[in-house]
Amino acid sequence: MSQVAQQLFNALQWGSFYALIALGYSMVYSILMLFNFAHGDVFMVASYIGYFVATVLLGLALGGTLPFSGVVVFVLTLLLTMFLASFIGIAVERVAYRPLRDAPRASAAITGLMVGIFLETLVLWRLGASRRNFPSLIEVSTFQIGPVQVTNLKLLTIVLAVVLMVLLHLFIQKTKVGMAMRAMSYDYAVIPLMGVPLDLIIAFTFALGSALAGAAGVLFGMAYPVLDPYLGVLIGWKAFVAAILGGRGSILGAVAGGFLLGFIEILVAAALTSTMRDLVAYSIVLLILTFRPYGLFGEEHSVRLRL
Amino acid sequence: MQRSSETPSGLKGWFQRWREAYRDVPISAWLVGMLAAVLAEALVGYDLAYLLGLGNLPSFFGLSLIFKRWQLIPNILVFVVVVYVIPALGATYLVRKFMARFGRMRGVAWLQRIPSWGYILFNLAFVYVILHFWAAASDYRLLVLRLLGVNIILTLSLNLVNGWMGEFSVSVAGFMAVGAYVASILMVWGFVDDDVFGAAVFPEAWAPFAFPVALIIAGAVTAITALAVAIPSFRTRGDYLAIITLAYMFIVKSAIENIDFLGGARGFMGQPNVADSLLVVFIWTVLAVWIMHNYVTSTLGKATSAVRDNEPAAEMMTVNTRKVKMVAFLTHAFWSGVAGGLYAHIVGYINPGNFGLVKSAEILGMLYLGGLNSVTGSILGTVLFTMLSEILRPLQLIKWMVIPVILILVMIKRPRGLLGFQELRLPFLERRAQAEEEVSHAPAGD
Repeated sequence: MSQVAQQLFNALQWGSFYALIALGYSMVYSILMLFNFAHGDVFMVASYIGYFVATVLLGLALGGTLPFSGVVVFVLTLLLTMFLASFIGIAVERVAYRPLRDAPRASAAITGLMVGIFLETLVLWRLGASRRNFPSLIEVSTFQIGPVQVTNLKLLTIVLAVVLMVLLHLFIQKTKVGMAMRAMSYDYAVIPLMGVPLDLIIAFTFALGSALAGAAGVLFGMAYPVLDPYLGVLIGWKAFVAAILGGRGSILGAVAGGFLLGFIEILVAAALTSTMRDLVAYSIVLLILTFRPYGLFGEEHSVRLRL
Repeated sequence: MQRSSETPSGLKGWFQRWREAYRDVPISAWLVGMLAAVLAEALVGYDLAYLLGLGNLPSFFGLSLIFKRWQLIPNILVFVVVVYVIPALGATYLVRKFMARFGRMRGVAWLQRIPSWGYILFNLAFVYVILHFWAAASDYRLLVLRLLGVNIILTLSLNLVNGWMGEFSVSVAGFMAVGAYVASILMVWGFVDDDVFGAAVFPEAWAPFAFPVALIIAGAVTAITALAVAIPSFRTRGDYLAIITLAYMFIVKSAIENIDFLGGARGFMGQPNVADSLLVVFIWTVLAVWIMHNYVTSTLGKATSAVRDNEPAAEMMTVNTRKVKMVAFLTHAFWSGVAGGLYAHIVGYINPGNFGLVKSAEILGMLYLGGLNSVTGSILGTVLFTMLSEILRPLQLIKWMVIPVILILVMIKRPRGLLGFQELRLPFLERRAQAEEEVSHAPAGD
């Protein structure tokens, strides 16, 4: 029993990573009807940014230049990384998607893919294939909740992910920009006629998604402190599957899909061997998609073609 | 040849005269020229390369050498002009009139009786001879050419689904993996003394003849596994196929990693040497191109395009959309499997890591570089991409930053790819057909 509860927390943690990244895929899909295939690599670059920001800030704090404690450094790292990551998202949109907005969607998918390969190679080239160790910002302590042992990092990840999701929800529902985004996902063609600056909203959506990926990058780096340039391929593509599982273009779906994939993977790894994880997990995904082709929360109109 | 009287003098006139001299040269004459260049390379290439300080014979016309030692650019230029340009242009010039007559098939009675497939076969054999001599210079060229053939098959088969059918499949690598493993198992079981599969079942001399059978079985098995993707995915349109093929790829890769007697993640080796010669790969490539071309120009191909453009309308026009989509997707899987089997026997060692997202992304890049809905576009895209990736090889890692940038620029300039939705005219395959048409349109005299 305690074993199951223990794994539940692991699943929630992995689900948080997947959900935070999947949100970026889903938001872009909901307004542009295309998958941002570079998003996984944005997450990878963001975790490297987090690594550098954390190292610098920690160095300053330990050297006494800045009177910060570890927690403040963590908060600053998180915010700064999210801020910087959003610019990568904007750059990706500028290079790969804006010039091709009237082109066939598949062409934009290819440019996205190519930007992803470019980012991977750039990191591999500049930073080397050797894995980087993410500095530990918060001293790890273990809580005892009933029979279950939970580290504070796990709790922090889960709580922060939920907080960010709630903030995103409020942003989309309550603000004007959020309203523009919703409107754009409803009818892309009419929005410019209403005086909404299309380019700005699209760039903002990319920035928002990348900022969430940045948060995921920092949290991931702290939980699994080894970074390598293929993080985007390993984690990003799974988050992509999670976004689909939840339903294309659905924010709630991305969260649900992320947590669901986390649960499936962890439970398969716990029940069987971890080498079987991908095999069984994706077979389950295939099965779910067979019976719910639009995902858990997707709607039929969300797959109309805009070729 | 008529030379216009107002030809300007000087360099400009010189160029114009050259252009006029080569204007109506048939492709077969160019083929003769290329053969001459290849032979010239075989005869004097080694010595000249040594004399010019290029070291060994440059593999790709010295292009990749530019990135290694830029100081050698003048030497490379001299080498290219002497070994390739002069023999090619000279031989073309010499045979142009003869070949033009040969192409039109007038006056020679026995030539007129050759059916058009004979003419095509002759030209293909010519192309093969050129490639053969070119590849004879080094094992590296041979390997590149054979992999090029495999990639052409892959790109074409992907074009069928992503282009003519208008869906987005990413599981090329997954299909390749299935085909590669099935073909390898069959061949190793049949012809190699192996720890896992025991002693060879058949005499080794049969291997070259059994290889096509193994490839076809591999393709068929791949198509059967593709049914798992095809059946659920054709209930909806749009990006659904992209996701489901992605999941398929993850599943295949993970499944192979978990099968221990196939070596798991360590890989599988020991394939018999049945794809060592260029001829085997060339024949399979030509076969694939031919079948794909016939497929997309047939009624079935038109029906596939109709489904792409408007599925309900196609349905109203009595197109069995479900069947059409199924056939296209299974053909895609079949040929990807065949290409995978070829790949396994060319490389002689496969592991699940070979068939990841990177491989799929590479094939997608080739496809979209060449352009959708175009057989010649797929071939062109594959050739350009492969050439680029071999030429930039000296740049090592940076290669994978240059290629994406080039591809992005091409996509921005030409969003439909270089030859999207159009075919490059290939006169050397058409001329004879046109001649036949002229004959059949002539009034029946005898």
